[in-house]
Amino acid sequence: MLHRLRFIPGRLVQSVPVAFGVTLIVFFLAHLLPGNAALALLGERATEQSVAALTAQLGLDQPLWKQYLIFLQQLAQGNLGTSLTYQTPVTQLVLQAIPVTLSLLLYALVLALLISIPLAALAAFRPGGARDLGVRGFTLVGQGLPQFWVGIMLILLLGVSLRAFPVGGYGDDAAGHLYYLFLPALTLAIAMSPTIIRSLRSSMISVLGAEYVGTAKAKGAYGVQLFRGHVLRNAAIPTVSIVGVNLGYLVGGSLVIERVFALPGLGSLMINSIFTRDFPTIQGVTLFVALFVVVVGILTDVVYTALDPRVDLSRTARA
Amino acid sequence: MSAPTAVLAARRQTRRAARSRSLRPWYRSGTLVAGLVIVGLLVLVAVLAPVIAPFDPVKQDLLNALQPPSGTHLLGTDKYGRDVLSRLIWGARVDLRVGFLAVLIPFVVGTVVGGVAGYAGGWLDTVLMRVVDVFFAFPFYVMVIVLVFVFGSGELSIYLAIAAVSWVSYAKIVRGEVLVAKEQDYVVAARLGGMSHARILVRHIGPNVLSQAIIYGMSDIVMDIMAIVTLGYLGLGIAPPTAEWGSMINDGQEFITTQWQQATVPGLVVVLTSLGLSWLGDGVSDLLSPERRK
Amino acid sequence: MVAPLLSVSALTLGVRRRGRPDTVIVEDLSIDIAPGERFGVVGESGSGKSLTLRAVAGLLPAGVEVLSGGITYDGKDLLGLPAAARRRLMGPEIAMIFQEPMTALNPVVRVGDQIAEGPRRHLGLSKGDAAQLAVEMMARTGIPDPARRARAYPHELSGGLRQRIMIAMAVSCGPRLLLCDEPTTALDVTVQHQVLKVLEALCADGGTALAFVTHDLAVVNQTCTDMAVMYAGHIVESGSVRDVLGDPRHPYTKGLLDSAPDFDQPDRRLVPIPGFPPNLAARPSGCPFAPRCSFAVDACTAAVPARELVAPGHTAACRESDRIFEGALA
Repeated sequence: MLHRLRFIPGRLVQSVPVAFGVTLIVFFLAHLLPGNAALALLGERATEQSVAALTAQLGLDQPLWKQYLIFLQQLAQGNLGTSLTYQTPVTQLVLQAIPVTLSLLLYALVLALLISIPLAALAAFRPGGARDLGVRGFTLVGQGLPQFWVGIMLILLLGVSLRAFPVGGYGDDAAGHLYYLFLPALTLAIAMSPTIIRSLRSSMISVLGAEYVGTAKAKGAYGVQLFRGHVLRNAAIPTVSIVGVNLGYLVGGSLVIERVFALPGLGSLMINSIFTRDFPTIQGVTLFVALFVVVVGILTDVVYTALDPRVDLSRTARA
Repeated sequence: MSAPTAVLAARRQTRRAARSRSLRPWYRSGTLVAGLVIVGLLVLVAVLAPVIAPFDPVKQDLLNALQPPSGTHLLGTDKYGRDVLSRLIWGARVDLRVGFLAVLIPFVVGTVVGGVAGYAGGWLDTVLMRVVDVFFAFPFYVMVIVLVFVFGSGELSIYLAIAAVSWVSYAKIVRGEVLVAKEQDYVVAARLGGMSHARILVRHIGPNVLSQAIIYGMSDIVMDIMAIVTLGYLGLGIAPPTAEWGSMINDGQEFITTQWQQATVPGLVVVLTSLGLSWLGDGVSDLLSPERRK
Repeated sequence: MVAPLLSVSALTLGVRRRGRPDTVIVEDLSIDIAPGERFGVVGESGSGKSLTLRAVAGLLPAGVEVLSGGITYDGKDLLGLPAAARRRLMGPEIAMIFQEPMTALNPVVRVGDQIAEGPRRHLGLSKGDAAQLAVEMMARTGIPDPARRARAYPHELSGGLRQRIMIAMAVSCGPRLLLCDEPTTALDVTVQHQVLKVLEALCADGGTALAFVTHDLAVVNQTCTDMAVMYAGHIVESGSVRDVLGDPRHPYTKGLLDSAPDFDQPDRRLVPIPGFPPNLAARPSGCPFAPRCSFAVDACTAAVPARELVAPGHTAACRESDRIFEGALA
């Protein structure tokens, strides 16, 4: 498999223009409105000093192209600016917040798979049957649920009524984190599941109809063994693609969930910065998240390559 | 085949494709009818809000704050004493209106960009698709939130923010469809017959491609309603005291232990709305391209 | 007379529909295969030959059922066996080879592991032992450098190699009956020949019986000792390969032979059989071949002709057989 991973350097190179585009857009965020950028960004916070400070920090008095170069230069040094609210480097704030958000996303992914795979299998084994219709009903309703509202409902049902889980906060140690993150992760998992189930179900149905499953049955394979050995891995392949594409949307959703459950992750950092009009932090978090999505895209291709030995991305031209 | 024959064949094929689309009478589709009914009802409620809402949605009545559901206030009152039911009804106006209007700009911009990219091909396609890739790297909510911040508060900035982020999906879909369509025999025949690019785009490729964009648009409306509701919840949407489902949920979260209906009911209404719109979208999708039914 | 290893009796396969008559695909089919016998089933596409094989393997596609009749293997009633018991037979007793090895092999599992799967499950071998067995099997099917090839994925191998993998997989547990569903149809002629040789050698070594389904008469001629000819779900002629191909007693068999090119007679005119096989849902009553038969008389459309002995060990389902072929005593 290792030789098939040689597409990675090529992909990284391909991602460079995209990364540049991302920096460009993030950079231009400050300049989207006519008039004095610092004034617009600071809003009610604007005082002579704060305007002067922001102008100095963002280099707003320099010509545009020069500003961009300074921006890139600082980026290369890992400098994302200084938070107006906390007077600390944005990079530091982002690094502190990352573990929370990352744990949430991974936890949610695991829960989502635990929910989706059995449901998809249940539906795929007998398409059109009662269980299939039930699962499809679940996905239909699931897609219409506002994520944050699901979070609140879970708080209501599991946190308040049953007092089974805490309704907010992050916990102090690993076990505490798992406990505190359960409801938010579950919320995200419920949001992710319909997409995963739909795709998995569809690919499972086509895999189950494939000749090689017949061959496996001719060898006496059956049930879970057949499933694990032959169906799942093949069915997962197109689903990985789809999940990868949707990951961007999911990351955004996790940011909102953090607000619902008061988690100290990137989402809360971002939203608090919006309310305090802390532009450097807003810019920093946006940039980080966007670049993260690009990296995740490459990772998805790696996973895809690992799963499907027929795939050799170094040979196919980018569509 | 001679050129006139080819053009005739191309016309016949387009017409045949159009006819096969409308084979099944629309009222036979259960999902379409269910969707129409739900959406219709919601639109009706929104339109008739001034008439059917029992109370003024913004008028505060602090003496009657946080009343549980009763005969007068069917869903109780919120922390400012405003009738929750009336706010729910008036909220429909905001959320439905924004949801429907927000798809227009991305639809137009995305379709045009995607169509040009797909049809022209070459370097123009590569450049435009790179731009699309860049936009795709930004998570939807992150970008919308930041843009709403930058553009300032207000309904217009919400439209702009959503438009700036969603147009890419249309571009990608339309480009994909155009790429496939332009290789079809009937398009090649039309070119051979001397038809201009513009005419081909409009008469031959257009209808098939547009239907896919419309189908996506229907699911996009649902996403946009979700977006405005989410923005409302975060406090970044339509400014208070305007009644809006998202901000209602936010207001209600505080009192989840005592007046749980304040946060729950608006959410249920959102679920119902998206269900209805999804069904409507599925029904329209079946109508426009029955051969692509999943 | 040795007891047959596989005995299909009066098997009828079809699709049951609620409220409408069943659609019959294979009707009243009986075949006996002795241990070690190589039995060919010949017919056009749609004649039901593949389905018959799948019925024995228990791999009928969704919707198709056994409507009546029985299948006995080694004295056991296959159709009455509980599912788990039947599954235990698949591999060590009965194995199957499919037509298109590219789609019949799992694309994401190494071929060595695929071969090893059966022995691990049925013979209880450890992972290492099974892997070794797989390499041995591959060597026996003539795959060069089997140890390295075992780590390959199906798409990295040629068609002929893939089919040898399928064969290795099938014989890995030492089955007594090998069901082959057109295993060489998707292969080049030269590769075909090699693969058939491999099959024959393996069957001779292991005393394995072969049920070989194909539409290619030449393949049956080369590989099988006995055969049956199927048309529209019925067996129309059966007997030893020498008898059926050398002295055909059914107009359909004769038609097949007349329409096939023969290297020994390069100038002979090929005579195609006019018409098309019948639509299953709208079968004619009587002999299924009657509409296309140049010798048909009124009696032929009245009832389905029964299989009758026309010579020792040689049956034909044709009323007019004696009349048509009376001058054709070779």
